[in-house]
Amino acid sequence: MRMKILASVAMCVLTTMALVPTAKHGAGGSVAGKVTYTGTAPKMKQIDMAKEPSCAKEHATPVMNESVVTGEGNTLGDVVVYISAGGPADAAPSSPAAFDQKGCQYLPHVLALQAGQQLVIKNDDQTSHNIHPMSKVNPEWNKSQPPGAPPIQATYDKPEFIPVKCNVHPWMHGYFAVLSTPHSTVTGSDGSFSLSGLPPGKYTVTAWQERFGTQSQEVTITGTETAKLNFVLKATEY
Amino acid sequence: MSRVAREIASIAVLSALVALAAADARAQSIHGLPTEGRGSDTKVNTRVGRPSVGKQEYTRYCAGCHGDRGDGMGENTQWIDPKPRDFTQAVFKCRSTPSGTLPTDQDIINTMRRGIVYSNMPQWRPLPDQMQADLLSYIKTFSPRWKTEKAGTPVAIPAETPVTTESILAGRAMFQKFECWKCHGTEGRGDGPSASGLTDSKDQPIHPYDFTTGTRFKCGTTNADLYRIFMTGMDGTPMASFADNIKGDQGWDLVHYLRTLQPVRTPEATLWKTWLATHAGELKPIGPETGGR
Repeated sequence: MRMKILASVAMCVLTTMALVPTAKHGAGGSVAGKVTYTGTAPKMKQIDMAKEPSCAKEHATPVMNESVVTGEGNTLGDVVVYISAGGPADAAPSSPAAFDQKGCQYLPHVLALQAGQQLVIKNDDQTSHNIHPMSKVNPEWNKSQPPGAPPIQATYDKPEFIPVKCNVHPWMHGYFAVLSTPHSTVTGSDGSFSLSGLPPGKYTVTAWQERFGTQSQEVTITGTETAKLNFVLKATEY
Repeated sequence: MSRVAREIASIAVLSALVALAAADARAQSIHGLPTEGRGSDTKVNTRVGRPSVGKQEYTRYCAGCHGDRGDGMGENTQWIDPKPRDFTQAVFKCRSTPSGTLPTDQDIINTMRRGIVYSNMPQWRPLPDQMQADLLSYIKTFSPRWKTEKAGTPVAIPAETPVTTESILAGRAMFQKFECWKCHGTEGRGDGPSASGLTDSKDQPIHPYDFTTGTRFKCGTTNADLYRIFMTGMDGTPMASFADNIKGDQGWDLVHYLRTLQPVRTPEATLWKTWLATHAGELKPIGPETGGR
């Protein structure tokens, strides 16, 4: 009996904790949907990591280039979906955005963060990397991170899609999507997305894919409903 | 001097100064460059650079390569490798300041004077100091970053430690640990496994420095210059900053080792050669899957 009460109390506490971050704007409305593509997606090449044995042995299956990630039914992964206009002017989240280097790959391949939000970059590999975000609007820097080195902390002041690369391992590439809103998400390979906590209003929702470009749609939220919105990006071969 | 005379004298000096300032402002507007909004005056060695004058010198000496718009697309650019600097990005290789920050005025003046070895950038030391200051102030009008950001705080360089075998060995271990050899090669020839595909931030091919062919670097010649290069990194190129991972005197160990790779008789190379004559067998080769010594 006592155990049961304890357990339910614990459940209550956990549920509340889980609810707190999304409850920022009261319940609010949501936008949800799927990102798919039309046309023929380019075939991704296999990455040869033979030059870096310490990374090659971390992968049991062949590693493919991640420029275009697709799923069943032409769904599109690694697409940044975000509120590009009309969104509330929310401050950057206090929790840092985490970017990891593991098996000579970037995790995640595309990281969405807000301008001013703390960025923390880790190296979980047994090899030295250099993190070289090639920004044009924000100041460009390039820092080395040997194995076991402490995380690199950084912030970006201005919105920009920044290609990131490691010059030592030329196959490593990714993106920092620095946005002016905290209302953003990156799709998984099933292409689905959901943006919640939106107060009533008219919004422009934008989807960005590194090869296929951007697409925007308008949506109006009146209460606590979930507006359905789908994006269909046109596949380009290169 | 009586009190009245002193007052008259000071008023005279003041009005002369005001007249001079007005004349200067007029001089700037003649060349179509109002002082406001187009790069402020820049001091170099107490000399104040004038962007409007700098523009004329720039057109004469720099625009052929760096372009009228400062975007590195002058008429000579197509024939030049490495490509001339694009001033509109305000990203500079040779700085005393941390990666991602603006260089100091003196950093840019130093580059201008020194030129860049193995490139088409000549030494501009013969230009008068005032002209260099004018050029600098004009170069700083090409990017808005100069208006909103301050130069970074220069990386501290401690006094050089003595050149010893231990120091060189420690530096060699760093060359292995930080994987300098991945680009610069196991013997410092610039032929490491990652060297062939390197590109700079403008997708132009770029070669890692070959330590065995010369003693001069793009950003200087001295041991302190070498220390500074790997601490600040060379922004816009694959050469990263190691300031987060190399601290204080440790940096001198790496400098001392790098000097042994060079073709001239440096104190480091002489000492190293003597040591190697009797101890060569104790060293593991630099490269993958070894731990240095």
